Amino acid sequence: MTNAALYHNPDSQNDGQNDSQSNSTGYNFAYLDEQTKRMIRRCLLKAVAVPGYQVPFGGREMPLPYGWGTGGMQVTATIIGQDDVLKVIDQGADDTTNAVSIRRFFARTAGVATTESTREASVIQTRHRIPETPLSHGQILVYQVPIPDPLRFIEPRETETRKMHALQEYGVMHVKLYEDIARFGHIATTYAYPVKVNGHYVMDPSPIPKFDNPKMHGNPALQLFGAGREKRIYAIPPFTRVESLDFEDHPFEIQGWDQTCEFCGSDHSFLDEVVTDDEGGRIFICSDTDYCNQRFANGARQEAV
Amino acid sequence: MYVAVKGGEKAIDQAHSWLDETRRGDTSLPELSVAQIRQQMGLAVDRVMAEGSLYDPELAALALKQASGDAIEAIFLLRAYRTTLPRFLASVPMETNTMAIQRRISAAYKDLPGGQVLGPTYDYTHRLLDFTLLANGERGSAPPSGDETVEDCPRVLDFLNSEGLIESPLANSGRTQSDGSAESETPADLTRQPLDYPAGRDLRLQALARGDEGFLLALAYSTQRGYGRNHPFAGEIRQGEVAVEIAPEELGFPVIVGDIQVSECDMINQFIGTETEAPRFTRGYGLAFGNSERKALAMALVDRALRARELGEDVVSPAQDEEFVLAHCDNLDSSGFVSHLKLPHYVDFQSELVLLRRLRKEFEERKSGRQGPKVNTTSKPGNQDEPSTDNEQRREVKQA
Amino acid sequence: MTNAAMAMTQEALAEPLLKVKNLRKLYAPGKGVDGVDFELWPGEVLGIVGESGSGKTTLLQCLSGMLTPDSGQIEYTGKQGDKLDIYKITESQRRLLLRTDWGIVHQHPRDGLRMGVSAGANIGERLMAIGERHYGNLRSTGEAWLREMEIDTARIDDLPRTFSGGMQQRLQIARNLVTQPRLVFMDEPTGGLDVSVQARLLDMLRNLVVDLGLSVVLVTHDLAVARLLSHRLMVMRGGKVVEQGLTDQILDDPQHPYSQLLVSSVLTP
Repeated sequence: MTNAALYHNPDSQNDGQNDSQSNSTGYNFAYLDEQTKRMIRRCLLKAVAVPGYQVPFGGREMPLPYGWGTGGMQVTATIIGQDDVLKVIDQGADDTTNAVSIRRFFARTAGVATTESTREASVIQTRHRIPETPLSHGQILVYQVPIPDPLRFIEPRETETRKMHALQEYGVMHVKLYEDIARFGHIATTYAYPVKVNGHYVMDPSPIPKFDNPKMHGNPALQLFGAGREKRIYAIPPFTRVESLDFEDHPFEIQGWDQTCEFCGSDHSFLDEVVTDDEGGRIFICSDTDYCNQRFANGARQEAV
Repeated sequence: MYVAVKGGEKAIDQAHSWLDETRRGDTSLPELSVAQIRQQMGLAVDRVMAEGSLYDPELAALALKQASGDAIEAIFLLRAYRTTLPRFLASVPMETNTMAIQRRISAAYKDLPGGQVLGPTYDYTHRLLDFTLLANGERGSAPPSGDETVEDCPRVLDFLNSEGLIESPLANSGRTQSDGSAESETPADLTRQPLDYPAGRDLRLQALARGDEGFLLALAYSTQRGYGRNHPFAGEIRQGEVAVEIAPEELGFPVIVGDIQVSECDMINQFIGTETEAPRFTRGYGLAFGNSERKALAMALVDRALRARELGEDVVSPAQDEEFVLAHCDNLDSSGFVSHLKLPHYVDFQSELVLLRRLRKEFEERKSGRQGPKVNTTSKPGNQDEPSTDNEQRREVKQA
Repeated sequence: MTNAAMAMTQEALAEPLLKVKNLRKLYAPGKGVDGVDFELWPGEVLGIVGESGSGKTTLLQCLSGMLTPDSGQIEYTGKQGDKLDIYKITESQRRLLLRTDWGIVHQHPRDGLRMGVSAGANIGERLMAIGERHYGNLRSTGEAWLREMEIDTARIDDLPRTFSGGMQQRLQIARNLVTQPRLVFMDEPTGGLDVSVQARLLDMLRNLVVDLGLSVVLVTHDLAVARLLSHRLMVMRGGKVVEQGLTDQILDDPQHPYSQLLVSSVLTP
């Protein structure tokens, strides 16, 4: 790389943290320089062209630690524009600390509007959940991914897994599922459940609960996956076939609860378990805070306060 | 009545305030200045520069101050800053032969041209806590006798090289060159492209140069203890200032843009020979910003270990395992991922709880004699029943 | 099972399964494979014998697609009669062959098994790799093969490390045979097993070869094993084949001085 893109304001102070105005911190729009964004865009295009294939990219250090969403952030930083509306969730909630931290980062470095409403967002960056509210065509869901390769825990060597993907040698994945059934009577993977994309590549959907897997199939939104530390990007284009691996006689199934949401009464969303006292008391509430609030606001459940 | 937990933003702000207070500490004491850190915590500054991959002692000192002295946190600050800097060009390869020597020793020879120059080293200090430092006693330090010039220090490994006793510095750069010719292509850039395996020596050395000193030290130590032994001798260790030169196209000749302090280590390792070539020593190389001698030594040992494949040695130990070493040597990667465990994982944990509760329920049902699916542990032969098809289990099968 | 053998022999008579021409892979003069030619026919067991360092293992590695030779050609006739030059086809095709039409039985079972997964999974893996998606079928196939290899079917969920050496070897063989390969490479399959276990395994192998119409390339230093299993023998020394022919002929009436030495040095009880 020989270009000296003088985007960087040489007079700016090093500390971009204390300035609440957008884009006056001396950093480029959304922090990344244009060269890097261009490089990531090229990788994103490759990823979209080959659904489920892990594209290596020259990831950069971000001001948040590796493992805390830098991959998702680099993808968001690359695609976000001035008119976008950004939602950031972690565990389905907008106000978990890391979601807050990332949302602030973009508010500061890009000055974009932010929202907690799934419906209003144009870009949604998420960690470990897919929103309950169905997405629409034109929205982009950016997933934070810790370990991109579904084969990694069966085969730690990158040189070998690369070949396995290239040659579609996925027998080992079913071996793992077979073992689970032999040992537990069920497939024992409950999150980061591997899927086959477009009938070709096997992909790790990030540590979303298997409950969310069906939402990836045929989704009208564009789904992008960023792994910053491992430096991989992959994608599921809109309306793509996504199938969770299983056996014919042990078909894929999602979790369920006997309880309903304490706030909105939902019996079909993913529920968080909350311990309320030290005698085993517990209640269940929707993990997706926006979804829950919307239902509640629509009078789904009357609270006796 | 349970109220959903909120207030993440406020909590973060409060945490930051408290952090600022903690970082400053007792306000009745004078604030530490960046200049003081730079001067008096030089080795900490050097480490931050080396692993932060950025030579700027003042910024490194600032990072240490901001990070309350946590080296890895400071390294992170420097790397993140580095990301935002424009890249003008690459320098000409540094000529460490013409280093302004501050320290230069060789374990391979008792005496040699230029001599054994100890420099400002902790090596021969007795590790006794000096309480006069505690009392802020100023001990007049005897400055080195100013007029004694350091003689020319020719490179130790060149002595061996001219006799043909050691492989040439550019040999076996990692790409299989059947004619043994030196690499003429531009080195790859670890900071711009993702690491790919097998990695050439250029990428390996880059990764090691910014790799965590503790990790490399442990790996180096392991080779000495037999995990991939390569019989090292410290051929030469040098510390001092080296000029950084650039050669812009417009000028057509190189220009010095500054000097930096570096530590360099040439290891002499296990000799090898083939049927067609006489045996000779092999090399390991280490280089780090500042007076980071321990890092340079460890790096040289691990560099040599990682050359096992190209030197036809069996890869038997972690230090020789390229993927293992290079994937785990960056402390931004490792500290980030380890500490990410602090982030909420309650959704996935909830998923595990749901499954575990179900499995336990099934276990109890089986024990109490009711029908259930056949389940085998691996330690004993199971019963002879065929697995049931889970008809009696209530399951939700929801597909989009 | 004999139907397979019959079907085999009918089309078999047409052409060899494996044709090796002037194969060369040398580490040093006399070390490796130094110009080897032969043909292998369907349903035939070819034994390769020689002392260690004779090049027989190198030959096996070249033949099974694991080691690229310096020169020469290895041609395999696929199921559809297509001629495949083993080192001209893509790695993908080679790896597919290794998982379906071919088998490799290693001397040490742990080289050919997944030690960390159950016997059933080991047997089923090849089937899962080619698309078998019914757990019940995988399990019953696993049990059928365990029975065939005289392993108690109750051990289907046990890990291989709980098996004896002989059982592990039989499991490795089952794992290979489940996709009904036509060609199996074996490297000292009974090495390291004690004598009675060896005998049982050899007997089993002999029957399987006949029942399944297998072609086998068998590398061994043990002439007794060679005599029991092979139709033809090749004697190797210093990378070259010094003599080849029918097994009984070579063992009863060796012509080459080295073969004579080899045969005469076998301890007879």
